[in-house]
Amino acid sequence: MTASNNTVIQLNHVNYFDGDVHILKDITGSFPEGKITTLVGPSGAGKTTLFRLCNGLISPKSGEIYIKNKPITDYEPTTLRRNIGLALQSATMISGTVFSNLALPLSLQGKQLKEEKAKELLRDVRLDEEFLYRNVKDLSGGQRQKVSVARTLVNRPKVLLLDEITSSLDRVSQQDIEELIVKINQKYRTTIIWITHNLQQALSVGDYTWVMMNGEVVETGETSLLDNPQDERVKQFVEGVNV
Amino acid sequence: MSYLTLALALIFVLIPILLSKTLNLGLEKDTIVAVIRSTIQLLAVGYVLQFVFDSESMIFIILMIMLMIFAATHNARKKGVTIKGITWKLVSTYVFIEVLTQSILLGFHIIPPTAQYIIPISGMMIGNSMVLSILFLNRFTAEIDTHQDKAELILSLGGTPKQAIHKQLITSIQASTIPTIESQKTIGLVQLPGMMSGQIIAGADPIQAVQFQLLILFLVLTSAVVTSAMLGFLSYPSLFNNRMQLLKNDKNT
Repeated sequence: MTASNNTVIQLNHVNYFDGDVHILKDITGSFPEGKITTLVGPSGAGKTTLFRLCNGLISPKSGEIYIKNKPITDYEPTTLRRNIGLALQSATMISGTVFSNLALPLSLQGKQLKEEKAKELLRDVRLDEEFLYRNVKDLSGGQRQKVSVARTLVNRPKVLLLDEITSSLDRVSQQDIEELIVKINQKYRTTIIWITHNLQQALSVGDYTWVMMNGEVVETGETSLLDNPQDERVKQFVEGVNV
Repeated sequence: MSYLTLALALIFVLIPILLSKTLNLGLEKDTIVAVIRSTIQLLAVGYVLQFVFDSESMIFIILMIMLMIFAATHNARKKGVTIKGITWKLVSTYVFIEVLTQSILLGFHIIPPTAQYIIPISGMMIGNSMVLSILFLNRFTAEIDTHQDKAELILSLGGTPKQAIHKQLITSIQASTIPTIESQKTIGLVQLPGMMSGQIIAGADPIQAVQFQLLILFLVLTSAVVTSAMLGFLSYPSLFNNRMQLLKNDKNT
């Protein structure tokens, strides 16, 4: 994938260190606008760090990141983060109810979320309306992940960074979320970048795929590359995960 | 009280040492060091105060207050080393507390402008402010560590640093000021304050002692809340860089 007018995020020789540990090594690549790109690879490959860089939570130690052909540093951080939504696997919640969590993105802007809109968000992620005023302490891991995705959608981001958002869900719920994300992508042309360990999921929803290992991008291309990887390490990884 | 009588008070030092030895508490060395240090420090302060009181010079009063602020800062800064520029934030807080309280006390002629009043009250204010700042910094740094994920969540959704840290800041201010407020609720019922007790023992009229003690209590209340709030609002911006990123937050890969 090369930089073009259709590129929403472009990374050029991006390096990131945590202390002395080299987490991301000379990452160069781009994410096409309006498409679903999946990020696959073993744990510790640097995928979540890449998301945190794209959301502006951290900055690279060297290299450049461009958002819509403008350096990421040209964007005001709050505007950038509202437009590049991030839903993490940990599905961190603020204490309170599901509603207070869904209302959080707007309350940070001094706005209010209407109850009807909150119920619509819950329906989108296949959660019953009765969850709206339930305390988040009483939610299961899967329910938290659904609320986390719904909360990220409140800002109507142009790019959605999804970090293993279905890892705690049963198969039926996984399919529900996959359908929802594909629907959002098609309806709003939202760019989706999705970290998943589920290669079947990557194959069914993704247009493009990045395979990351040990802080490097090992292989990129159309998602079908997972059926026939060129790199020996990717072959071993795919066989190990057993598509 | 003569020095001989004071020497007899050492019985109260022997009791904990004997208990520590009997129960193998291992506190003997620390107890002896604490006793020696407090004796030397207090005697030295006594002579210094006598000199300052006799000189009646405002320069010596200011020097004494500066010394107190320096010592308080040196002690409290260890709890906030992770916060950039903590030394100057502490100095600013203590100076502000001192200026605020003394301006009111002297401005409204609540106390006369003499070393005998200014120095002990300054000592109590700065000392109380130091304890409060230690309590606040302890809690605030722990809150940030524990709830880093929540702060990052708010940032990731487009919140500002102030919004990201607001809950931790308020919790820390509340937690550090609660002991002061709670202890004031039971004062006179559970414990008689040291200053009031000292005045009564020295032969002062109990009602006058109470009046002075009330003055100190109100000052302590102000210094507690102002210290925590001021230190909090001075400190939180240092936790973020100009890209609104929480510093030292690189924990996920």
